Amino acid sequence: MENVRNLINITDLTLEEIDHLIEIADDIVAHPEEYQDICAHKKLATLFFEPSTRTRLSFEAAMLELGGSVLGFSSANSSSAAKGESVSDTIRTVGCYADIIAMRHPKEGAPIVAAQRTTVPIINGGDGGHFHPTQTLTDLLTIKRRKGTFNNLTIGLCGDHQCGRTGHSLVEAMLRYEGIEFVLISPNELRVPDYIKEKMNAANVKWKEVTRLEDAIEELDILYMTRVQRERFFNEEDYIRLKDSYILDLEKLKHAKKDLSIMHPLPRVNEISVEVDDDPRADYFFQALCGKHIRMALILFLLGIK
Amino acid sequence: MNIDGVKNGIVLDHIHAGESMRIYNYLHLDKLDCCVAIIQNVNSTKYGKKDIIKIDTNIDLDLDMLGYIDSNITVNKVKDGKLLKKVHLALPETLTQVIKCKNPRCITSVEQEIVHKFKLVNKDKKTYRCIYCDAENK
Repeated sequence: MENVRNLINITDLTLEEIDHLIEIADDIVAHPEEYQDICAHKKLATLFFEPSTRTRLSFEAAMLELGGSVLGFSSANSSSAAKGESVSDTIRTVGCYADIIAMRHPKEGAPIVAAQRTTVPIINGGDGGHFHPTQTLTDLLTIKRRKGTFNNLTIGLCGDHQCGRTGHSLVEAMLRYEGIEFVLISPNELRVPDYIKEKMNAANVKWKEVTRLEDAIEELDILYMTRVQRERFFNEEDYIRLKDSYILDLEKLKHAKKDLSIMHPLPRVNEISVEVDDDPRADYFFQALCGKHIRMALILFLLGIK
Repeated sequence: MNIDGVKNGIVLDHIHAGESMRIYNYLHLDKLDCCVAIIQNVNSTKYGKKDIIKIDTNIDLDLDMLGYIDSNITVNKVKDGKLLKKVHLALPETLTQVIKCKNPRCITSVEQEIVHKFKLVNKDKKTYRCIYCDAENK
């Protein structure tokens, strides 16, 4: 079990390994014919105990484009979890059927438990409000393709930082590069958790918290918008009060840099007005495409093929 | 006040004054059928006041739990009336099944068989975080 590589948190990968994945992703785009059968007879299990569109479908599309096949479920209700089966037992079982497992679970730390129960590589496709490392790889590939570098960037994260796992993972990943500054834009109730602040302080990066997007937008190289997630609230009233805290529109973008990259892990609700979609700075659908390429690279890496 | 020395057993010294009953309960010392002495508010040159627990038998102690409760404790193992071993406790790097994660979003909140495990992240503040969800133990 010692030699099995998993991806639970983005920090499981070294900077060199991330660079390696990005190189593979670019090579896949340049030479698709070399990859179309590379995973023949390999099976990916996608175990989604929580709904997903992009993450699950991009994993499945990635494996199919590599010539492999896919099995799994797309909600807890269509698995034995609905009968009360534990994550441990589900993973032990699926580990007998698949060569690699991508999973999403509403409870934080579920992929760590999964990795303890099988010799098959586990990919965390999101665990509650905790981590979402393959979204981060997607984000990194998008940043590299749009900005050409990971260094000397001012990154604004706007939305829910309390439960926004994509933001947490992106912060952790970008902490390892030079000259990074974070502007955390959120209502007071949805501030970033203390452990993320401790990590930013330990890495000596500059960061600040603001409540108004308008106060920060002009200094940003990247604006990472996130949704206020209804499913993370224990109280519907709190969700309704905070859900419309930030809406990015063309008016707000007038003050932004010309080469700003607007990213969003999607799905969006209303935090980015549809009028922004045609702005050349809108990169969120390009990001979704990058997600498939980087997941192809990741599957190859964790299976030990590349 | 005189309390006999231990012939074969354990002396927990340098317990933070007032904490000895908590440790007595944590270690379930009430279940032992040997002599156990709790001495409170003993003068200490190092700490001013301290507590001491003397256990008149050799038992396996959970040193991780003891170190977590009070890392200043010294564990003296005595054999035939002589000091056999002195152990200075420290905050353990990991805590296994000592404390439980209280985060309702953590996987440990729904799957009972999972071993609760915490890692030390800040020695000065005595901060531990759950290895599954990163929630701080408060």
